[in-house]
Amino acid sequence: MISTQALFGQLLLGLINGAFYALLSLGLAVIFGLLNIVNFAHGALYMMGAFCAYFLLNLAGLNYWWALILTPLIMGAFGALIERLLLKRIAGLDHLYGLLLTFGLALVIQGLFQNYFGSSGLPYAIPSELAGGRNLGFMFLPNYRAWVIAFSLLVCLATWFMIEKTKLGAYLRAATENPALVRAFGINVPRMVTLTYGFGVALAALAGVLAAPINQVRPLMGADFIIVVFAVVVIGGMGSIMGSIVTGFLLGVIEGLTKVFYPEASNTVVFVIMAIVLLIKPAGLFGRAP
Amino acid sequence: MTISAPTTATETAEAAHPKRDEAIAFLVMTILFAAAPIVVYPFFMMQALCFALFACAFNLLIGYVGLLSFGHAMFLGAAGYLSAHAAKVWGLPPELSILFGVLGSTVLGVVTGALAIRRQGIYFAMITLALSQMIYFFCVEAPFTHGEDGIQGVPQGTFFALLPLSNPWVLYYIVLAIFLLGFFIIYRAVNSPFGEILKAIRENEPRAISLGYRVDHYKLAAFVLSAALCGLAGGTKAIVAQNASLTDVHYSMSGEVVLMTLLGGMGTIYGPVVGAVLLVAMQNYLAQYGQWVTVIQGAIFVICVLLFRRGIVGEIAHRLRLSL
Repeated sequence: MISTQALFGQLLLGLINGAFYALLSLGLAVIFGLLNIVNFAHGALYMMGAFCAYFLLNLAGLNYWWALILTPLIMGAFGALIERLLLKRIAGLDHLYGLLLTFGLALVIQGLFQNYFGSSGLPYAIPSELAGGRNLGFMFLPNYRAWVIAFSLLVCLATWFMIEKTKLGAYLRAATENPALVRAFGINVPRMVTLTYGFGVALAALAGVLAAPINQVRPLMGADFIIVVFAVVVIGGMGSIMGSIVTGFLLGVIEGLTKVFYPEASNTVVFVIMAIVLLIKPAGLFGRAP
Repeated sequence: MTISAPTTATETAEAAHPKRDEAIAFLVMTILFAAAPIVVYPFFMMQALCFALFACAFNLLIGYVGLLSFGHAMFLGAAGYLSAHAAKVWGLPPELSILFGVLGSTVLGVVTGALAIRRQGIYFAMITLALSQMIYFFCVEAPFTHGEDGIQGVPQGTFFALLPLSNPWVLYYIVLAIFLLGFFIIYRAVNSPFGEILKAIRENEPRAISLGYRVDHYKLAAFVLSAALCGLAGGTKAIVAQNASLTDVHYSMSGEVVLMTLLGGMGTIYGPVVGAVLLVAMQNYLAQYGQWVTVIQGAIFVICVLLFRRGIVGEIAHRLRLSL
C-alpha cells in the first residue's frame, strides 16, 4: 500500500518538474514559431539562469527576489546578442542548421561552466520569506515549492495572454504566419525576431532561477533536462501556446505518479508516452497536421 | 522539410570523371589505412575506423535522404553491448558476436525508424534523440549492461576459427576489412536506383510522392540500413576495445557523429571518414585538457554551420570540381 504522504509528495515534485517543462517548452514554442529554430541551447541557457542567480547573490549580494527580476533581463539581453551575432546569419537556411548551431552553442556553454565549476552542485538557499512549510493534513507542503508552482503558472498564463490576446501578440502571430507581409505593413520584424529569441531565453533563465534552490546549481542541470523537454514538445506539438503549458504540467504529473507506482520507469515514461502519441496522433496532442 | 546538403547533384555533374575520381580516392584511402599502423598506434587507428564506419552510416541518412537523426548513438551503443555480452557471457566467436550486435541494431532500427519517420524535419531529430535517451536509461538500469561499469574484459577470440585477434596486426586488418565492407555497401546503396530515389526524396519529397514512390518505405529502408551498419561499427568497436560502456549510448555520442559528418562534409562519400579520423585524433591529443574538448567541439559546430557548411571534403570537391 502506498502512503498518501508519498503519493502527494511525488505529485508535488511532478507538478514542479511540470512547471519547468511548461516554461521551457513555452520558450521553445515561441522561438520556433518565429525563428524556425529548435533551440538546442535552451537547457544550457536554463542552467545559465541558475548560475546568474548564484552570481548575483555571491558576487553582488543581491538576493533571490532581485535575481528573479534581473536574471531574465540579463539573460534576455544575452539571448538577443546570440540572435544578432549568430542566428541571424543562418536565417533562411534549412531548420536543421539552427539545431546544429544551437547544439554547438550548448556544448561551448556547458563545457566552459564545467571547466570552471566542475560537475558538482553549488548550493543556493531558499529565500527566508519562503522557508518552512505548512501541514495540510494529508501532506506537508513546503512553501517554496508551492510558490514555484503558483508563480510559473502565473508566468505561463501571462505569456499566453500576451500572445493570444494583445496587439503585440497579434503582430507576433502574424509574423509567424507570414513575416514578409507583416514587414510590408511597416513593422520591424527583424527587431521582433531578436526580442522574441530574447524572451524565450528569459523564460528559460527564469525557470533556472526557480530551480536553483530546489535542484542546486550545476553546469549540466539542463543537459539531460532539455531532451525530456523535446519529448514534451513532440507530444504537445509546437503549434499551440496553451498546448505547451498543458502538456508540460500534465507530463510532470504523470512522471511524478510513475515514481510512486513503478519507479523503474520514471526516467523513461515521457519517452514511452511520446512513442504512443506518435503512433496514435503523429502531429501531437495540440499540433496542427503538417 | 528536408535538409539539402550543400554538395548536391549539381556539383557531381560538374565533375568531369566522377567514377575515376571516386576510384582514385578509394585507392588512396585504402592504401593510407593499410599503411597507417606502421606509423600510427594501431589501437587508435582501429577506433578511428570504427567511428569512420559509424559516421558513413549516419551520413547515409543526413547526406542522401536529408534526415537528421540525433539518436544514432543508440545503434552504436546497443550493438556494442549485445556483441560484448554474446562474446563474454555466451562465449560466441567474434564474427558471430558482431553479427548478433548487427541483428540487434537492425531490429532497433526497424522499431525506432517506423516511429521517427511519422514526423518530418526538426521533429525527426527530436524524436530520434528522445528514443535514444530512452535506450540510454534502459542501458543504465538493465542488469546485463552492468550500469556504470559496463561490460569489461570482453574476450577477442579467434575470427572464423583461424585468425587469432590477440595478434594486433590480424585484428587491425580484420577491422579494416569490416570497415571497407561497410563502406562498399554504403557506396553501392548510394549509387544505385535505390540511392537515386533517396536523393529525390531529399531534394523534393512531395514530388517524389507524386511520382508514385512510397516515400515512407524508402526512408525506413535507409534508416534500417544505416542502423545495421552503425551496429556493425558498434559490435566491432566492442571487440576491439574489449568493453562496452554507457559512453557509446549517450546522446553526446550522437552529437559527435553529427559533428564528424558535418566537419568532413555531409553528402560526400569520403567526408565522414575524414571527419571521424580528425575528431578521434583531436580527442586523443586533447584528452588531458578535460572539458575543453567539449568547448572545442562546440566551437567547431558553430564555425562549420556559419562558415563552412560544405565541410572539408565537400569544399575540396567543390573547389577542384571533383566527385568525392
